[in-house]
Amino acid sequence: MDIVFQRPESMTGEQMHYCPGCTHGIIHRLVGEAIDDLDIREQTIGIASVGCSVFAYDYFNCDMQQASHGRAPAVATGIKRVLPDKMVFAYQGDGDLASIGMAEIVHAAARSENITVIFVNNAIYGMTSGQMAPTTLIGQKTTTTPRGRTVSEAGYPIKMCELLATLDGVTYLERVSSHDAKHILQAKRAIKKAFEIQQGGKGFAMVEVLSTCSVNWGMTPIESMDWLADNMIPYYPLGVFKDVSVEEGV
Amino acid sequence: MARKLMRGNDALAEAAILAGCKAFFGYPITPQNEIPAYMADQLPLRGGVYLQAESEVSAINMVYGAAGAGARVMTSSSSPGISLKQEGISYIAAAELPCVIVNVMRCGPGLGGIHPSQGDYFQAVKGGGHGDYKLIVLAPGSVQEMADLTILAFDLADKWRNPVMILADGILGQMMEPVVFEEDLKINQVEKPWATTGAIGRKPNIINTLDIVPESLEQKNIALLTKYDEIRKQEVRWQEIHTEDADLILVAYGTSARVARSAMEEARKKGLKVGLFRPISLYPFPEGEISRLASSKTEFLTIEMSSGQMVEDVRLAVNGKCPVHFTNRLGGMVPTVEDILEKIEEIYEGSDH
Amino acid sequence: MSEIIVAGFGGQGVLLLGQLIAYGGMLEDKEVTWFPAYGPEQRGGTCNCSVVVSKEEIGSPVVSKPTSVIAMNTPSIERFENDIVPHGLLVYNSSLSEIKSDRSDLRIIAVPANEIADKLGSSRVANMVLLGAFIEATGIVESTSIEASLKIVISERNHHLIPLNMQALKEGRAYQ
Repeated sequence: MDIVFQRPESMTGEQMHYCPGCTHGIIHRLVGEAIDDLDIREQTIGIASVGCSVFAYDYFNCDMQQASHGRAPAVATGIKRVLPDKMVFAYQGDGDLASIGMAEIVHAAARSENITVIFVNNAIYGMTSGQMAPTTLIGQKTTTTPRGRTVSEAGYPIKMCELLATLDGVTYLERVSSHDAKHILQAKRAIKKAFEIQQGGKGFAMVEVLSTCSVNWGMTPIESMDWLADNMIPYYPLGVFKDVSVEEGV
Repeated sequence: MARKLMRGNDALAEAAILAGCKAFFGYPITPQNEIPAYMADQLPLRGGVYLQAESEVSAINMVYGAAGAGARVMTSSSSPGISLKQEGISYIAAAELPCVIVNVMRCGPGLGGIHPSQGDYFQAVKGGGHGDYKLIVLAPGSVQEMADLTILAFDLADKWRNPVMILADGILGQMMEPVVFEEDLKINQVEKPWATTGAIGRKPNIINTLDIVPESLEQKNIALLTKYDEIRKQEVRWQEIHTEDADLILVAYGTSARVARSAMEEARKKGLKVGLFRPISLYPFPEGEISRLASSKTEFLTIEMSSGQMVEDVRLAVNGKCPVHFTNRLGGMVPTVEDILEKIEEIYEGSDH
Repeated sequence: MSEIIVAGFGGQGVLLLGQLIAYGGMLEDKEVTWFPAYGPEQRGGTCNCSVVVSKEEIGSPVVSKPTSVIAMNTPSIERFENDIVPHGLLVYNSSLSEIKSDRSDLRIIAVPANEIADKLGSSRVANMVLLGAFIEATGIVESTSIEASLKIVISERNHHLIPLNMQALKEGRAYQ
């Protein structure tokens, strides 16, 4: 019998703890496939952050470090600076990257650290059970915005790709989505490219992947996919926000 | 070997490079600024990496990453900056990563001042950050020791897989004294099979501090405590001067010990049998040695540039066997020889010696 | 044991003067410490350092009762003259400062350091003139040790200035 589909070598067989309807598992797999495709598993050191993806060190079959909340880009910097020939990626959620870790991501980007960042944006704090995130949409209900997020109380959601695109140090920024097969294929291409940019020594690359949190959004898995497409994509438009890798000849 | 006149901060930085430090992550704060400046100048020329982080918080997490990747790595700061590093230090201790952290103490609380202090003793020796952990804490008393203890710190960090803190102060950092560096210093290279260097032909290594299963985490806590017990048995360091016949023993570390030593000599000239006990390792604290010296025939006088922190450990070690007195200066003031002499004479007048 | 405070305005070469004494002592196999008052004091325009030179191991590097003070301006005299030990030494720059001392027990040497330095062509070596007077009065270090120290302290590209500094040192030693 021919094998037509199997787990990437860059992933362990550990059963994931993610909730039904959450796309972390899909995004993990895309990262694993990209590492397999580039045959860099033995050269790669990943960084798990704090949030739902905190256990990522159990799922990726490569060397891993688990960082404190928001500091994954600093930990990645520490590793990459002493092991410049290795591949280093950070996997962070929106609370981790866009709130408590804002300084770390901005400065890693400004320094053009030669690392790959996978930024998973599901517009909510999942692990701590559904609080407002820096990316929570206006009007979105969370446990800490029970009547919906208002501008007067909590200001505006932060668009990380647009923000980081202003920095000269950034090589590649793309926002993709994980809500359907077509978009997942595009996400795979973007993630692979972000690793290739690091492999070419071309500097900082980040892929923002729009994701779901059906449990904390209070929806079924299917409803949450639709909600992502209908509500998140209009506010967080998909596409390439910066790519200077081409000019440099990737 | 030739003596060089060097500033304490510079001597410490040079020693770190000689000890094989390959990465330094810092952030500006007085009075430790010469350390990052020296590292920025020298480290890239000598096979290492210097990086000015965006904050102390980032700096300590860069240390976490680099230490986890197996490099000899250091960061330095002064008191408020060390407070910011505490969370990261807790993680480093939990992940059992070797690294050296330098605190050139200044006076607090808050932004405080930039003048010398010993107000961070509790923070350094009792934990500092959250959870149960210990640093190895070394307290230099001269520019030579700023160098020597830094070299030792890298070895101890690797030996025990534990963060080591150099607890200095603004005077030790800023003063110049002759210093001698051993030629052809041999670096004790330790194998680090646990480091995340890429899983080539082996199972992945994981540097992690999370364990949400209480039964499992308790075993890790116990393993850490067992390690700390062993450190307490093996790594106690101290200096004693004239304690054999002393009926009053001064206890002080770092800059305070320098002044105490002068005061002791002046007291001896007056015929008073005063000795000096100088802890060099503050964790592990030389409690057994102080306990040994405590008897009905002795008294102790602890001298600190703090409101009274190490004196608590002295009292625990003495355990009621004899009086433990205390004198101090605060706010960046340094005790003078006269201050201490006055206190010594006051103790003699009040006791039956 | 000599406990010295060197004080003056920032830019007068106060810290360098102190370092030269420390270096000179070290080259003569003595124990030495040098400690600068750091921080806002410097921004206030005045500047000082403590230097200890001793045959024995040195305790406190912070000098509270100096055996000697080298003062390059009036505020420095006012700040430190009452701290000097009985029968101690005060060397001061009489070109820039006045003295109204109540201390009859001090040995006081007034040196018109700026005038002497100006005659040599640069007021910047006034510190060396005072250093010359100080080492002549105390014998604390040899002038050859100061010359050797200058070679270490002054960066290589400024080594052509060493003869001028040594001339200033000599004039200071000769001035009584």
